Amino acid sequence: MSHKTQVNGTVNGQSTWHRYLFTGSVIMLCLWVLVPIYLLLVNTFSAPEAVSAFPKKAFPDINTESVEFFIKYSGVAQALWSSIKVATVTMILSISLGAPAGYALSRFDFTGKETFRVLVLMTRAFPLPLLALPLAVMYIKVGLDDSVLGLALVHTMLALPFAVLITYSLFSGIPIELEEAAWTLGCNRLQAFVKVIFPLVLPGIAASAIFAFVISWNEVFAAAVLTIEHRTLPAFLLQGLGNAPLHLKFAGGAVLVLPALLFIFLVRKYLFSMWGIANR
Amino acid sequence: MYSRKLPYLLLLPSALFLCVFFLYPFVLVAWQAFVTDTGELTSEYFMEMATHWKFNTALINTLLLALAVVPFQIVLALYMATLVNGMKRGRDLILYIWTIPLGISDLAAGIIWLAIFEQTGFLNSFMQSLGFIEEPIGFLGYQNKGTIFVAIMLAEIWRATAIVLVILVAGMGLIPKEYYEAAEVFGASRWKQFTRITLPMLKPSLQTAMILRVILAFEVFAVVVALGGTNLPVLMGEIYTWQYDLRDSSVAAAYALVVLAISIGFTLLIMWGLRTPKGARV
Amino acid sequence: MAEINIKQVAKQFGGTHALHSIDLTIADQEFLVLLGASGCGKTTLLRIVAGLETATSGEVWIGGHRVDKLAPRDRGIAMVFQNYAVFPHLTVYENIAFGLRMAKLPQAEVDKRVNRTADLMHIENLLSRYSGQLSGGQRQRVAVARALATEPAVLLMDEPLSNLDALLRMEMRAELKTVLAESKTTTIYVTHDQVEAMSMADRIAIVNEGRIVQAASAVEVYRNPAEHFVGSFIGNPPMNFLDATALGDGWWDVAGTRIKGPSVKQNKLQFGIRPEDISVHSPKTSNPQDSPSATIRVLEPLGSHLLASCKVDNQMLRVVLDSDASVKAGDPLHWSPVADRIRWFDPATALAIL
Repeated sequence: MSHKTQVNGTVNGQSTWHRYLFTGSVIMLCLWVLVPIYLLLVNTFSAPEAVSAFPKKAFPDINTESVEFFIKYSGVAQALWSSIKVATVTMILSISLGAPAGYALSRFDFTGKETFRVLVLMTRAFPLPLLALPLAVMYIKVGLDDSVLGLALVHTMLALPFAVLITYSLFSGIPIELEEAAWTLGCNRLQAFVKVIFPLVLPGIAASAIFAFVISWNEVFAAAVLTIEHRTLPAFLLQGLGNAPLHLKFAGGAVLVLPALLFIFLVRKYLFSMWGIANR
Repeated sequence: MYSRKLPYLLLLPSALFLCVFFLYPFVLVAWQAFVTDTGELTSEYFMEMATHWKFNTALINTLLLALAVVPFQIVLALYMATLVNGMKRGRDLILYIWTIPLGISDLAAGIIWLAIFEQTGFLNSFMQSLGFIEEPIGFLGYQNKGTIFVAIMLAEIWRATAIVLVILVAGMGLIPKEYYEAAEVFGASRWKQFTRITLPMLKPSLQTAMILRVILAFEVFAVVVALGGTNLPVLMGEIYTWQYDLRDSSVAAAYALVVLAISIGFTLLIMWGLRTPKGARV
Repeated sequence: MAEINIKQVAKQFGGTHALHSIDLTIADQEFLVLLGASGCGKTTLLRIVAGLETATSGEVWIGGHRVDKLAPRDRGIAMVFQNYAVFPHLTVYENIAFGLRMAKLPQAEVDKRVNRTADLMHIENLLSRYSGQLSGGQRQRVAVARALATEPAVLLMDEPLSNLDALLRMEMRAELKTVLAESKTTTIYVTHDQVEAMSMADRIAIVNEGRIVQAASAVEVYRNPAEHFVGSFIGNPPMNFLDATALGDGWWDVAGTRIKGPSVKQNKLQFGIRPEDISVHSPKTSNPQDSPSATIRVLEPLGSHLLASCKVDNQMLRVVLDSDASVKAGDPLHWSPVADRIRWFDPATALAIL
């Protein structure tokens, strides 16, 4: 790896081919990420016949027939709607449960704080989608089977540790003196939070809400296990993988990918600060 | 002002939630795997699982996939992270591009690579246009387990290296620049700086990244279904089949315990292997 | 009218005592400085008065009302923080108006007070800026203006100048003193900077290891340290301390010289003298009996004077010399203390003997 890391050195004597290798690597890695997505989009915006044709062209004749077919396909609209509902509930639940915990962790020292933190971190060492199995049994007993709320609760379990850790880092990033200053200027705890802390963390909270949305939007296993009528889009597509026509799969894939691209763009600033603290 | 109860009050909802939806279900799944409907302790479900013809294949495929994917991802992400750190212009743009797959689900990744590997897909078209082949090859056919494996591997590396990259870039950001300047003064080469400063200081981040990735690798499911159908059985796929198609949640629970056991086992192994003494952290 | 009474206030963090039963009364309109090294408990005491920290035991009274059970907003105080705590999402105007809006004052009154305090602190042209567009010194002014705008009975300041550079600090010191003298508030001011403390305070309370060891005027704490600690903490360089052995009848042997001291029953005392309260003699005119000799180790030319660090009887003695003195390291130095500036301390209790 030496030649690669030397490239940017301030030490003199770096050869031009180091420079080329550096730039080449960056470009190759960008292509590695982007080209597969491009190819999916090529398939998505080709006519159904072109999708199954051989050989493929790298630049398609733009055609929205496949997309239209997908949108009108029986069950798709409902699956899309289910996905949005589940992801929205997940987003609301994980923030409203996680943000208070993040605030408590950042502002107080109390017995049991470490236990809670370990519990949250421990969730990472567990394959969480497996939770769908016991919960499927539990849900039948309490009438949550095949419901939006039932699935959203499992997705909240996936998103909650992130919500706690992100909000913990957000609140920790705001000096406690700002809150104390508000108290000395006539605020009670709630007023200080609403007038000072909340406006400052709002963008970060929005980012972690979006992150929770993406986690739910993308989740397949629990969705497939827990729902029958109320399939989310990933669960719907998974079931159709065996027999659905190719152009349906690709259009579905694109519908899954595009919002995710937008979301990652929106939260990109927070990805790194979030993982910085999540390490500890 | 400092109500003693307030932190507990704030923590209560999420703590309760974790108990009901995290701790309790894992107890429940063990119960399902070991106890019959009539309440007797049994190993019958484990026997049924272990003697099923697909079990060994699924276990081996899962482990092999993790073994093929994770180390490669760590090395690739380390390389990408050092590239990013050396960038003067365009760092944000490159980072955004490289972290795009972070938002893409395993199912979507599977579909994306299906566009490349299926019989009329882009790989065959490309090879034909270069004249390497006459007829398209069925990469994902049941007789080509090797190429299915490679396709799944590529899709997994493509999709999930981003998360490792994010963790490592964040970790590198925490290493004070002065250490490198000090090393430079002592005449350490870039490579020495990487092995003697970056890697050791990055250990906590590497640990997090590896644990996260190994666990996720054992959960591999939708990519496999998208690219291999049932041709390449993995543990999560078997769980889904037993739970959903065969309606036998007891055997599914037994499988789940296997996944859980190897997950915890590997977590402990990584924590031990990459432990950092207290006080030796940044 | 806001006199502050601190009655037997103690604070424990876990097993450690941050404050041991503090008793302190601050008169109405007094400017009291809490001075001490970092970690001595001075900030904790201030935060207990503010209500940001709860005392383990004891009472706090402000203006005749007991306040230690009240929230900060009900105590009639305002506070200036070390890192200024200017709200980043509000303009300077809204920052200064914050406390007034919380008190639900009419807009006209808010306007009037914001403009007045902004004028006072010379930030009237910054009112529409955000804190990110301000320098450290400007933020400091906003923080003070915000506190003064509420016209508090008590103003609490936690190291308000310590984040400023030296020149700005000196300028702000003088300015704050003027502004606060006019404002008629009772002020508690925490600092670790003795020059700041001495230049601003009506009275300095010196805090050491969770206790107030002396509370008096600047001149008093300098001239008559109540404890060994105060002598060694106040003054730059600090007071010299030498071992003294009893010779009887109130005479003491200090580094081989007889010096008249207190008649007490102890055998050992500590002799204390400020470096500038030492006179130096040329070797010829002095008799070695009443003028002890020291050896110069290090000389530091400090412009206004020359500081000599000497060894006497294996103890350290710092002497302030005239900047023209022609001496060099290794030279002997014959010295004698100015008699009425000598202070004596009991080594067992570290307290001054009066």
